Amino acid sequence: MALTGIEIYKFLPKTNCKECGFPTCLAFAMKLAQKGVELSKCPYVSDEGKQALEAASRPPIRLVTIGAGDRTIKVGNEVVMHRHEKTFYNAPGLVVRVKDNDPQDQVSKTVADVAAYMVERVGMELRMDGIAVDNASGSAADFVKCVELVKSKADLPLVLMSKDPAAIGQALDKVASAKPLIYAATGDNCEQMVELAKKHQCPLAVCEPAGLDALADLVQKVMDAGVEDIVLDPGARDFGASLIALTQIRRTAIKKNFQSLGFPVITFPGEGASSEEEEATLAAQQIAKYAGVIVLDHFSPAIIYPLLTLRLNIYTDPQKPIQMTPGIYEIGTPTPDSPLGVTTNFSLTYFSIAGELEASGFPSRLVVCDTEGLSVLTAWSAGKLDAEKIAKSVKEFNAADVASHKTIILPGGVAVLRGELEEELPDWKIMVGPREAVDVGGYLKQNWGK
Amino acid sequence: MSAVEVPVEKWTGKIHEVTLGGTGGRKAVTVGGQNTLPFLHFEGKMPNKPVVSVEVQDKAPGDWSPHLMSAWGDVMSDPGAWAKKAVEYGADIITLRLRSAHPEAGDTGADEAKQSVSKVLSAVDVPVIILGPGVAEKDNKVLVAASDVAKGQRVALGNCEEKNYRTVAATCIADGHVAIGHTPLEINLAKQLNILLTDVGLSTDSIIMDPDTGALGYGLEYSYSVMERLRLAALGGDAMAAPPIISPTGAEAWRQKESKVTGGVPDSWGDHEERAVTWEEVTAVTLLNSGVDIVTLRHPKTIALIKATIDKLMST
Repeated sequence: MALTGIEIYKFLPKTNCKECGFPTCLAFAMKLAQKGVELSKCPYVSDEGKQALEAASRPPIRLVTIGAGDRTIKVGNEVVMHRHEKTFYNAPGLVVRVKDNDPQDQVSKTVADVAAYMVERVGMELRMDGIAVDNASGSAADFVKCVELVKSKADLPLVLMSKDPAAIGQALDKVASAKPLIYAATGDNCEQMVELAKKHQCPLAVCEPAGLDALADLVQKVMDAGVEDIVLDPGARDFGASLIALTQIRRTAIKKNFQSLGFPVITFPGEGASSEEEEATLAAQQIAKYAGVIVLDHFSPAIIYPLLTLRLNIYTDPQKPIQMTPGIYEIGTPTPDSPLGVTTNFSLTYFSIAGELEASGFPSRLVVCDTEGLSVLTAWSAGKLDAEKIAKSVKEFNAADVASHKTIILPGGVAVLRGELEEELPDWKIMVGPREAVDVGGYLKQNWGK
Repeated sequence: MSAVEVPVEKWTGKIHEVTLGGTGGRKAVTVGGQNTLPFLHFEGKMPNKPVVSVEVQDKAPGDWSPHLMSAWGDVMSDPGAWAKKAVEYGADIITLRLRSAHPEAGDTGADEAKQSVSKVLSAVDVPVIILGPGVAEKDNKVLVAASDVAKGQRVALGNCEEKNYRTVAATCIADGHVAIGHTPLEINLAKQLNILLTDVGLSTDSIIMDPDTGALGYGLEYSYSVMERLRLAALGGDAMAAPPIISPTGAEAWRQKESKVTGGVPDSWGDHEERAVTWEEVTAVTLLNSGVDIVTLRHPKTIALIKATIDKLMST
């Protein structure tokens, strides 16, 4: 919870000594509230005041970074329960688990596939985030060997999974500089895991399936021992238990600022599912509902693509909708005789009309104008979609080169622009399409080429 | 040992209960009645679980994905046989879409609609939802005919939209059916239509709302947040946001390029059938978590998976 300047002022000495560089304590408090200055500039603030202010300025869910290279997983710092209230900031890391008792060539292949995977969507490159190595063999030597193999195949963030501190310790001796997530401290091995996390400065997962009270206790113990970067595993695995545990942790952290549950959560959908398909839907639920790191047991592009798309959807800032890059887009395989329409670069507008064109059976093209992410009518009323803008886009993107018919279809909602557009584009024929995207198939059947 | 105090919302509102069927020898399916966000059993009660409706059409569709065509096969030529198969696959409800009444898809009329509805009603004993072709004047014509045939069976008729709600609502009142109100992705439009439907005399146990579904990658985040906001408003006491929510998930998911296009796509899209089915499944499970009470699906694999998922989410 951020404090206001007046609330902060109450904790200051109110002596106006100016040693902080500000003329009054109130001025200093105001600057603090804007996070424009450090509290340490005030030499006289009481310890009690310091604690209260630090607690208040701490985010309700700590930002934790896994990995150290170009690719890291940054999760946490969330402030709301529902994305419409503000936005979800740091999308969950999607990692794939390999086991140290799997055949080496299988591990190598999975790691290479995960590292190489990239799918493009609305102009963005979507990728996987890391590899979890599971000490399923129970042997520390095999674990270290597998971790080194994985590290040699991909420069991706790692999760080291073992309940055995010796195995984790030996693996960290090799890869600690890559800042892997240690999974996990439990009631049994907590002291040793804490020492390893501190020694190597790596984030530490805390696993306690015996309920949130027990989890909070164990986390508090780990925090008291000096570990700051923590990831929670409440142990809840299947659909219902996972939804409830993750919701309760998020709520307690955000609404009560409850420190020892104020960390990102790691999930294992494969352990709560009875099939690969079910793992995918459970992972989908956890993307929407509050996971920070999701460890998948399978890697199949046909499942990963939908999951990465869902993550992109859910973590889109509702205030800043995804925009299409202005230009000419092809639907199907159009020829120079195919219909050419105009629309805006608000992604939902584009996808609505593109989807209907796709369904209509008419291969076609759309000139996407830069309306700063506004829909047709909103853009028109805000002056971002007018005849001049459309004409400029048609020329800039050389629409005449791909449309031999030199005919362009306006969205029905802005039929009023037709006259002006005829003046702006004198050698083009201007048609007026339907108001709603859903009617475009019928419209083309009736009007195109007639 | 520290005691973690999990905040529990004290909601004042609850979702209206709506029953389909339950008369004329038809099984009853009730949705709604919950006073908490989806599946949060520690906070409130969900007396009725969300259910799966399966879409069948009056004529074999010409534009469905080859994976849907091969999954259903021959039964698609007969809506009764198709509905029966869907019930075998687990449908709690059958949604019959009178697609051939569309001016572009055959322009069939009241008589054909009556025949298709009769076939489905006599083939299955689960509740039935009947959707028009989505063109206001044709919707009115075929839905009035369907309503007459289904009198005494308490079916749901849709869609009621702002332009045609009076006719469909009056028919529902006269024949004891449930109306499905459809509005474009916007919370206030959804509430406004519920007010209009209530004003013409439909009671709250006879309204279901379809606040619009964007498939995964095609506006899903808007649907997710509109449904979540409607649900929060309803639980906060706004009765005009409190009808149960239906989502035509299957129709939207299977309309997209990821489901339809068979070739010429990047390798990173993976196996076509697996991707297409996952597209529908992921859309469905995400929307169930935002508040959907009736999810309408198309592929048999999705039907089985989503039914199992709902059961897992309901078990405490």
